[in-house]
Amino acid sequence: MTYLYAFLFAGTACAIAQIILDNTKLTPGHITSLYTAGGAFLSFLGVYDTFIAKCGAGATVLISNFGHLLYSSAIQGYNEEGILGLFSGMLCKSSLAITAAICFSFIVALFFNPKD
Amino acid sequence: MDKEEYKKLVKEMSPKENRLKNVLVAFFVGGLIGFLGEFFLYFLTSTFAMARSEAFLWLCVTLILIGTLGTALGFFDNWFTKLKCGLIIPTTGFAHSVTSCALDFKKEGLVTGLGANFFRLAGSVILYGIIAAFFLAIVRVVLGG
Repeated sequence: MTYLYAFLFAGTACAIAQIILDNTKLTPGHITSLYTAGGAFLSFLGVYDTFIAKCGAGATVLISNFGHLLYSSAIQGYNEEGILGLFSGMLCKSSLAITAAICFSFIVALFFNPKD
Repeated sequence: MDKEEYKKLVKEMSPKENRLKNVLVAFFVGGLIGFLGEFFLYFLTSTFAMARSEAFLWLCVTLILIGTLGTALGFFDNWFTKLKCGLIIPTTGFAHSVTSCALDFKKEGLVTGLGANFFRLAGSVILYGIIAAFFLAIVRVVLGG
């Protein structure tokens, strides 16, 4: 059942993004930023964890999961260390994605040249 | 022929992007990535006896690796123009934006080119993600989380 939910959730999110892209003047950059902030907002409302429990990978492969990780680790940091933890904990969980993207991209950029 | 009529004519003659098809393609591709991700999770948890929470992290790293290599090998850009949001909204889009900037600005030097433009596109995602999460966390704290 999780497979079906994963397909439907990820698919719907991408379809909505495509509708926004086609019908407004927003660029993909706007939409990914919007989705990240939206993920943080859904996490703020407390529904993103439910999505992950129900849809599994369908919810975590999306860029909105990045916002969810930012928000949830900021709150976790606050609960553990107070107001300073909010700052030090913010990137805790999402540092995986950022560091992986930086390292892989840099290594790849050293060895490959852009194709036109 | 006045201006209004001309505008109408241009609108009619210019090739229309098939919006419905775009939406369906994005839906299918995005859904497929979610489906394969779930399958990958199942594969990791069953083969390596990995906890589901750890498998989520491996999935994230794998997607980024796929996005990076796909961009570097040059076949991702074609897919992006065809599949659009189906690939942009998943984490592969994040990896693609970082890698394509790194590759494009490499010729301007490692520091002033690659280094300075590394987060040209992905920077806004990180910035607005953190800003949104920060203010929402403040609201939550003030409301007494």
